Amino acid sequence: MKQSLINYIFQLADNKLILGQRLSEWCGHAPELEIDIALTNIALDLIGQSRNLYSYAAELEGKGRTEDDMAYLRDCEAYRNVLLAEQPNEDFAYTIARQFFFDVYNHLFHKELVNSKDEQLAAIAEKSLKEINYHIRFSSEWVIRLGDGTEVSHAKMQTAVDDLWDYIGEMTTMNETDRLMLAEGVGVDLNKIRTAYFHKVKEILAEATLNIPEEEPFQKGGKDGLHSEHLGHLLTELQWMQRAYPGAQW
Amino acid sequence: MDNHNNIHSLEAKFEAKIDSEIKIEPKDWMPESYRKTLIRQISQHAHSEVVGMLPEGNWILRAPSLRRKVALLAKVQDEAGHGLYLYSAAETLGISREELYQQLLTGKAKYSSIFNYPTLSWADIGAIGWLVDGAAIMNQVMLTRTSYGPYARAMVRICKEESFHQRQGYEILISLSRGNAEQKKMLQDAMDRWWWPALMMFGPHDSASTHSEQSIKWKIKRKSNDELRQDFIDATVLQANYLGVNIPDPKLKWNEERGHYDFGDIDWEEFWNVVNGNGPCNKQRIKDRKKAYEGGEWVREAAMAHAEKRAKRKEEKVA
Ligand SMILES: [Fe+2]
Ligand SMILES: [Fe+2]
Repeated sequence: MKQSLINYIFQLADNKLILGQRLSEWCGHAPELEIDIALTNIALDLIGQSRNLYSYAAELEGKGRTEDDMAYLRDCEAYRNVLLAEQPNEDFAYTIARQFFFDVYNHLFHKELVNSKDEQLAAIAEKSLKEINYHIRFSSEWVIRLGDGTEVSHAKMQTAVDDLWDYIGEMTTMNETDRLMLAEGVGVDLNKIRTAYFHKVKEILAEATLNIPEEEPFQKGGKDGLHSEHLGHLLTELQWMQRAYPGAQW
Repeated sequence: MDNHNNIHSLEAKFEAKIDSEIKIEPKDWMPESYRKTLIRQISQHAHSEVVGMLPEGNWILRAPSLRRKVALLAKVQDEAGHGLYLYSAAETLGISREELYQQLLTGKAKYSSIFNYPTLSWADIGAIGWLVDGAAIMNQVMLTRTSYGPYARAMVRICKEESFHQRQGYEILISLSRGNAEQKKMLQDAMDRWWWPALMMFGPHDSASTHSEQSIKWKIKRKSNDELRQDFIDATVLQANYLGVNIPDPKLKWNEERGHYDFGDIDWEEFWNVVNGNGPCNKQRIKDRKKAYEGGEWVREAAMAHAEKRAKRKEEKVA
């Protein structure tokens, strides 16, 4: 039970850290200052949320490890984030599409997680939900703006949606950990939010005048530690200092 | 009243305000050269904030702990906010952010040369916070009393955040000073590379500074470059001692008589070289800013096009 709960926490926390790291790549490089500030805000929220979760996982584990040990000293196969989170920024349209696909899930998920029997998880979810409300507003608005903007932005947005579509099913697909945690009354029933997820996604894509891909999203594996090639590079950068100077305090 | 007299009386009124410490506001009459000087200075300042995001941003992805990563992200984000306030302050003088930004990208406008130096190790992030934000504060605290209202008010907000940045930077260095041999070496190396460029941030000697005298008369600046530099050195030496780092200046010595530290000669050749585009990162910084600007053009256009569509649909609904 304890190990499953820890794995479950990693599934949540890793999504946030990895996506937060991706968003941080924009800091100083965004299309305008206001967007730079907004993307960094979301990155800060997500990384902040991941820290609470890592600390909780470390506490449960009871081996004296810290949030940083969790983030910096686990290798790819121990990471439990969905594949979507680790996909590269490519351009602003990709970044927005990735964020939107994730936010819709994250929002529905946390609305359920606040009812978790695990009080600490419920409290973290409650706190995160306020921030996620802002994230989903930001990313939905930008999907609409870019989809229903110029011909160029429409085409870029469509490409991003088409390319990332394949990754969006994993978030609402139950794995073993999800099932165990649901049975304990700790986790969220992903089957329950799946319909709402696709409904919301399609609603916003339609408002953005974008085509909704027809195929069933296929890619998965991240939640069980089977990742794309991208994660290794991301972790190389993220973990470099801790790996190069083992045990140093910063 | 003829035109000549008219201008004369406006000028007299302007100067009377300056003399009695009344802030000049956007709608007030001001001499054209005062306006130009301010636009140059405020936009230079704004550009420094946004170019300054680059060397520090260089370490966000590699920050050595989550706590440090979050703090650095928030700091670089603050600098973006400073850029925004300052562009807005400059806009009150009748020039657009777009136009100012073009001046940066074409090299017509300058930004602080300090950001043309590279950040090579994590210690550089501490050194920038401590020394670069520290030097900037000397200048900015003075500017909270500058004669132009919107600039002075922007500075009040900015100064609070800058002192936080400085403490945060210093705290990074304290951790290094208590760390292992590699960390201590990293710290000293950063000190060796950032000390002199930080002193150069105050600009040329008063005797060689072209804009200084008039700026002081107009109370845009309230202290000279050399005065500010001396204040900075006096304030910083003790902090360096506490860290146990060596300041790379063999001539640095307390002068009892002056009540100040004496210090060695600044390498003005290096200073002018970097100002004139030959610093280690000048080309890289502008290239990065251009890339973000040009790469973001389609996004800004889309946002505008969408806003227009919305407005039109609303109109049609009303009609
Ligand atoms: Fe700043
Ligand atoms: Fe700062």
